[in-house]
Amino acid sequence: MQTLTYWQALNRALDAEMAADDSVFILGEDVGLYGGTYRVTEGLYAKYGERRVLDTPISENSFTGLGVGAAMAGMRPVVEIMTVNFALLALDAIIDMAAKIPFMSGGQFAMPLTIRMPGGTAHQLGAQHSQRLEHTLMNVAGLRIVTPATPQDAYWQLRQAIRSDDCVIVLEHELLNFDQGPVDETIEAPPPHRAMVRREGSDLTVISYSRMANQALAAAGQLAAEGIEAEVIDLRGLRPIDWDTCAASVEKTGLLLIAEEDSRFAGAGAEIAATLAERCFASLRAAPMRVAALDLPNPYNKRLEQDIIPQPADIAAAARALINENS
Amino acid sequence: MDRELHIRFLRDMLRARRMEERFAQEYTRGNIGGFLHLYPGEEAVAVGVLHAAEPGDYIVSTYREHVHALVRGMSMRAIAAELFGKRDGCSRGMGGSMHLFDAAHRFLGGYAIVGETYPVAIGAAYAVMMRGLPEAVICFFGDGAVNQGNFHESLNMAALWKLPVLFVCENNHYQIGTEIHRHSAVTEVYKRACAYNIPAERVTGMDAEQVHTHTLDALKRVRAGLGPALLEFETYRYRGHSMSDPGSYRPQPELKAWEADDPIAAELRDLPMHYPDADTLKAAGIDTTEDIGHRAIENGHLDTHGLEKLEAEIRAEIEDAIAFALASPEPTLDEAKGYLTAGLIHETLI
Ligand SMILES: Cc1ncc(C[n+]2csc(CCOP(=O)(O)OP(=O)(O)O)c2C)c(N)n1
Ligand SMILES: [Mg+2]
Repeated sequence: MQTLTYWQALNRALDAEMAADDSVFILGEDVGLYGGTYRVTEGLYAKYGERRVLDTPISENSFTGLGVGAAMAGMRPVVEIMTVNFALLALDAIIDMAAKIPFMSGGQFAMPLTIRMPGGTAHQLGAQHSQRLEHTLMNVAGLRIVTPATPQDAYWQLRQAIRSDDCVIVLEHELLNFDQGPVDETIEAPPPHRAMVRREGSDLTVISYSRMANQALAAAGQLAAEGIEAEVIDLRGLRPIDWDTCAASVEKTGLLLIAEEDSRFAGAGAEIAATLAERCFASLRAAPMRVAALDLPNPYNKRLEQDIIPQPADIAAAARALINENS
Repeated sequence: MDRELHIRFLRDMLRARRMEERFAQEYTRGNIGGFLHLYPGEEAVAVGVLHAAEPGDYIVSTYREHVHALVRGMSMRAIAAELFGKRDGCSRGMGGSMHLFDAAHRFLGGYAIVGETYPVAIGAAYAVMMRGLPEAVICFFGDGAVNQGNFHESLNMAALWKLPVLFVCENNHYQIGTEIHRHSAVTEVYKRACAYNIPAERVTGMDAEQVHTHTLDALKRVRAGLGPALLEFETYRYRGHSMSDPGSYRPQPELKAWEADDPIAAELRDLPMHYPDADTLKAAGIDTTEDIGHRAIENGHLDTHGLEKLEAEIRAEIEDAIAFALASPEPTLDEAKGYLTAGLIHETLI
């Protein structure tokens, strides 16, 4: 099987869907001639031309809105927002238009719109360029959110997003772009929102998503050396969430740890802890525990940036504490 | 232009160029992180505009703002330390290269989200207007930034309420890799201002003197309470968009043509010859005025020497700033938490 980087996998997915369906087109800043800021659209401008790979001005709200209008008129636009940080300018188009039009129109209009945006904390990009927006987007009825953590998922979930008749946000991660992994283009993909048990274990359940799922796996490796077997679940998406897979694991292990890159307050972890506490109260041996970023904008200083974002060692330490206090 | 002003311009342009070149080196050494957007090629704009500003004016800038900060009068030490993420940086290590702030110099910040400078600028201008002071706000932005909706929204409000703001477009013809004719239907940025009855003109940004003259004129109007003005300066960045962009999408002949127009080379070329007066020469014990005068004319040594001295001073300033940045301590997490509320009284609930 071939090995691809995350960005190459996204590139293949775009290429495959563009080849299969003429109504698919891409738009965003520097996606065309320049080949994409993170190379994701490399080669597509030459292959599909400037109408289907459209370089836009810096007008996020309006070009995302253009995607909404084109979707209503029968196209399958793929909007690239250069990074999640600039999606703040397009929230009107995303939240008030894309998410609500199918509902407001009484189901007359579908919203076959894909909005890709790499997010997360990269390296010292400062407070305005290190946004983690899952808090905000998760809360919006009418959106679907996928959070691929591996090249294979990037390939599968982007293709599924483009084929979806609902608006799908593909929340990528800047630090995953050069990660490599196997990508099989022939096997059938699991449903886009199916959570995946990335590692089986019986001592505790660690639930995570996006890059933090990989960090949780690394932490599980450290824990295994100490005889602690963590089950690691990668949610693969944040709206909807595959609660059945999560609940089955919590019922098996009785202990729940959630690892998220976004800050703790009113975040994804809060929703996961609350719902699983409701569903699995009888099986839980302790209150769910969260490892999350500190409730601060990202400082530019390198050490502080690392201090505020959970590292594998932080996840392992939390897991140890949870086990030691409850065994 | 008189010699003194000319030398001041030359000095700041050289400081700007050398500082940025050094920052590029420090970036490759790993002392500076994140995105680093450099300014070489565009120095005449910062120098011409900011030498026309008064200390009471407010400056709002983008992520390509190190030179704006420097020419505004912020210390190179504080700028370098910020780029190094240190406690003595102008934003205490919290902001970084794209977010230089300095209240004392009324430098209202570098903003990394394209288009954010306009609303901040009209807000500061509204405050100035309410207080009835003869102050102005200078708002920098790039050619790519004029396609953000808040450009139009802010120009409209500025004109509607006659706000004292000077909009300064640094048109370097590119929005990262997208050339202006591919991002804007009308490539003359200044023409957009007429929709709001804002006087505007396009001026070369490769000549500090012209930049300065036009800025002084525009600021006169702004300070008089007649409303906003807009200046578009045509310029070019010699490097890529940031340190992570090689800039290879730009044709070599285009780059070469703009390099031939280098604003610093222009400053050097136009530098008026300056000779010591007779009394100075006599005091120095030189044979005859005529003789040294002739020799100076022939070989231009006086200027070359002066220039070398200037360069040496600038080198020393940069070494000092870098050493300062290296030695400055790392900020702590407690400090970071403290800055979230700027020290105002608050209740800690979580
Ligand atoms: C709202 C927003 N969208 C996209 C970006 C990414 N970005 C950073 S700079 C830039 C180009 C800006 O071009 P211009 O305004 O001409 O300024 P220049 O960099 O040329 O000085 C882009 C697209 C951003 N920072 N903010
Ligand atoms: Mg530009």
